[in-house]
Amino acid sequence: MPEKPSDLVQGTLDMLILKTLALEPTHGYGISVRIEQMSKGVFRLNAGSLFLAIQRLERDGLIDGEWKPTENNRRARYYTLTAKGRKRLNNETREWGRQVAAIGRILEAS
Amino acid sequence: MSLFRNFATGLRSLFRKNQVDRELDEELGAYMEMEAAEKMRQGVSRKDALREVRLERGSLEVAKELVRSSSWESVVENCWRDLRFAARMLRKSPGFTTVAVLTLALGIGATTAMFSVVDGVLLRPLPYPHQERLVEVGLDLPGINQFNWPLRPPDYFTFREQSRTFEDIGLYFTGFGAAVNSVNVTGLGRPENVRALGVTDGVLPILGVTPLLGRSFTRADDEPGSSDTVMITYGYWRSKFGGDSSVIGKTIDLDDKPSTIIGVLPQSFRFLDMTNLGILLPLRPRTQRGYNYFAVARLKPGVTLAEASADVARMLPMEVQGVPAAEVQLGLKWLKESRIAPNLQPLKQYIIGDVDKVLWILMGGIGLVLLIACANVANLLLVKVEGRQQELAIRAALGGSPARIAGGLLLESLVLAVIGGALGLLFAYGALRVLIALAPSDLPRLNDIGIDGLVLLFTLGVTMVAGLLFGSMLPLRYAGVGVGTGLRETGRSVSASRERHRARNALVVIQVGLALVLLVSSGLMIRTFHALIHVQPGFTEPAQVQTFRVHIPPAMVKAPERLVRMDQAILDHIEAIPGVSSADFSQAVPMDASADSGPLFVKDRILPGQLSPARRFFWISPSFFRTMGIPFVAGRDLTWDDVLNNRPVAIVSENLAREYWHDPSDALGKQIGRGPKPDRQIVGVVVDVYNDGTSQKAPAAVYWPLTDAVFSLGQPAFAIRSGRAGSQSFMSEVRQAVWSVDPELPLSAVHTLDYYYRKSTASVSFMLVMLSLAGGMALLLGAIGLYGVIAYSVSQRTHEIGIRMALGGQGEDILRLILGQGAMLALIGVAIGIAAAFGLSRFLSSLLYGVKPTDPLTFLGVTIMLVLVTQLACYIPARRAMRVDPMVALRYE
Repeated sequence: MPEKPSDLVQGTLDMLILKTLALEPTHGYGISVRIEQMSKGVFRLNAGSLFLAIQRLERDGLIDGEWKPTENNRRARYYTLTAKGRKRLNNETREWGRQVAAIGRILEAS
Repeated sequence: MSLFRNFATGLRSLFRKNQVDRELDEELGAYMEMEAAEKMRQGVSRKDALREVRLERGSLEVAKELVRSSSWESVVENCWRDLRFAARMLRKSPGFTTVAVLTLALGIGATTAMFSVVDGVLLRPLPYPHQERLVEVGLDLPGINQFNWPLRPPDYFTFREQSRTFEDIGLYFTGFGAAVNSVNVTGLGRPENVRALGVTDGVLPILGVTPLLGRSFTRADDEPGSSDTVMITYGYWRSKFGGDSSVIGKTIDLDDKPSTIIGVLPQSFRFLDMTNLGILLPLRPRTQRGYNYFAVARLKPGVTLAEASADVARMLPMEVQGVPAAEVQLGLKWLKESRIAPNLQPLKQYIIGDVDKVLWILMGGIGLVLLIACANVANLLLVKVEGRQQELAIRAALGGSPARIAGGLLLESLVLAVIGGALGLLFAYGALRVLIALAPSDLPRLNDIGIDGLVLLFTLGVTMVAGLLFGSMLPLRYAGVGVGTGLRETGRSVSASRERHRARNALVVIQVGLALVLLVSSGLMIRTFHALIHVQPGFTEPAQVQTFRVHIPPAMVKAPERLVRMDQAILDHIEAIPGVSSADFSQAVPMDASADSGPLFVKDRILPGQLSPARRFFWISPSFFRTMGIPFVAGRDLTWDDVLNNRPVAIVSENLAREYWHDPSDALGKQIGRGPKPDRQIVGVVVDVYNDGTSQKAPAAVYWPLTDAVFSLGQPAFAIRSGRAGSQSFMSEVRQAVWSVDPELPLSAVHTLDYYYRKSTASVSFMLVMLSLAGGMALLLGAIGLYGVIAYSVSQRTHEIGIRMALGGQGEDILRLILGQGAMLALIGVAIGIAAAFGLSRFLSSLLYGVKPTDPLTFLGVTIMLVLVTQLACYIPARRAMRVDPMVALRYE
């Protein structure tokens, strides 16, 4: 029995989506599959929270959406990272690193 | 940038809702399909794959709802939906909506109308630049018991030259009371008497007025002997010269003197509160005498009123410098004994006078009516919402959040309020007309009253506050209604719970209390008015006395003897008119505010180092008392011999006679005078006349032969006692009589004596009418409110009443039960109202006459009336309860 998928740390979903799109533009399903793969099944996304985050990011101008045909001839919305989104990702990655290091230090203190 | 993008996307989804929905559907659908396809590739059937996806990723519909509701435009959409829902609910119950909207329209309309008056008269600044720096400069003379007097020309020169706080000061002359300043204009069609204003060169610049055409007066125009110049107002220019701009330099005849038009004033020009002003003349202060000239000054920036007053006080003693040596002693003595002191007021305050109190009280009264109206609507809404408990409970059960339901109810109240407010605004337009018609004609700035931006803003504010006020009563109690209780209670219920009625009862109690406050106020005004009209004004049957003034140009008749003869000739012709029982001419008519005042010296009663107090002076011809109907207490009337030969005689009022000699007949033969050497003999004593209105003490008055004061002969006030007084036909005969002496003589101030008498009680009757209207509305609304509560309670208790009757209760018992319930509410309201009225009625005390603010009779009467009306309001539903058929009632619900 595989371990139950974990809930994401509050506020990290946006960062993960941006990271995914930084590698390659893709559609909603692509994002969720890739996050699942990269996290080795630890994070499984609920459709509602995924599309909520996508709408938010698009409205903030961090990603751009575009209708395109998929491999099996359906239509899907493909998202690409904007310049602004890339900047945000860099900032958040740096900030995340700082926080993780800090939290690590606290937890390791005896 | 992203804010804009967010907004644009939001707008798109608002207005292209279907497309946006389809796209979301498609995107989510594609997502599901792709995942399902992945699972099918692992050998799962399509049906199972889709089910698994739903289980793992959550329902498609929930995801959609989540995405949709997270955006701001969905809030807008919800509001819009709630708004349409609110409109539908209101349309569904037209009876309730009509009553609520009308009640609100009445309340908001009355409040708006009253506020436009307050705004126009009290709040709006005067139409002069930096009006806050304008002051009216007057004097107090406590030594002769006179206050707020105008200035003498020497005061003006001193203040103009020596002041440290005035930028400039100007003197002006408008006339006194009914004796307005005016000139006869001839040579422009029919001879006309035109309202005129005398000004020194500073007045117009002080007010920041520049002429539309030509120039303003200069100091040269004010010098005696300079050529005669005149400025005309815009209205006069348009009506007499058709707006011809070549009017500058033209000559018109004013009082038979050719004068050159040098300027036309702009259309916006208004001089203080004067109406129908046509002509402005240089005042020429060097040719004028006496305390007759008003003064307006502009303070230097940053100077306070107190500093300016101190400055004037510093300058007053300087006046004796530069006068002839012989007069210095006299001047110093006058300064010392009159204890002269400055009396400076902001110009706006001077114009408004003391009506601010009346208007604020009325504003408060009308505001109470609005409160009562709001309470009524709140009550109606409570009933309405109680009937909708089931609906609300279902909405809550289906997942409607309390906030959303409460918001919806509040929105319904606001929609009601806005409809009521819009209708109220329409109503206010009409009510304002009525209000202006009711207002005393001497209400200052009457022409400034109207519905402007501030009034509209006020109406909007009042509407919103009203909506929130009665709307907030609901959500508090019903939004949080428990799913279980809400659904259960709508089934067959036990007798109505006490708690449910508490809010409604409280509202009715407040209504009754507020209504009592208003009714007490109007009751006190009624008592005041009653007391006022029962004061004998001194004259009798004033409606039968026709008065008017004739303006004889000074240039026309040079010698005073000829003036008297001319006035006498007019009198002869008037007396020949059929129906005239008596006629006279004098310098002033009682109560027309044009009588003079000055210190009166009484022989053997002159105290050294102390001035005699000022008395009211009338200059009269014989038969003045007969025409006015003022009875004699002692002595005799004047004769034509006294008048024509200016004999040293005088007549005094009874209170003056009693003040010095206790018995009026002892005054006869005593000597009085206007100077320190009294030489005029008192030949008669007449009853007191309430010249300042019946609410004021009757001033002590002295009546001199008309020939004693030459200045009054040129503008005599004629009075005629006749049963035909006040009619058009009578006045046209009177005009013919005047014109048969000289066809160029215009008449002015055509009024009956009753007009002046009524004017003196005008502000009291205005208050009376307005407060009675407010009280009547309050009583009606309060009664409706109580009726509503009792009627609803009866309908809720039908079941209980049925049981009582089935167990042997009699109709009378039920009637008593219901009436008792109403009486209890009314009495609690009355108790609160009495306490509030005790506290509030002292604001009225300065307007009351002959009655105390805590007058027990008024309080008792109003209480009895209120209890009776409320009992009547309860009686109707109580009768219905009495007729309840137990069988029907038990089957009820």
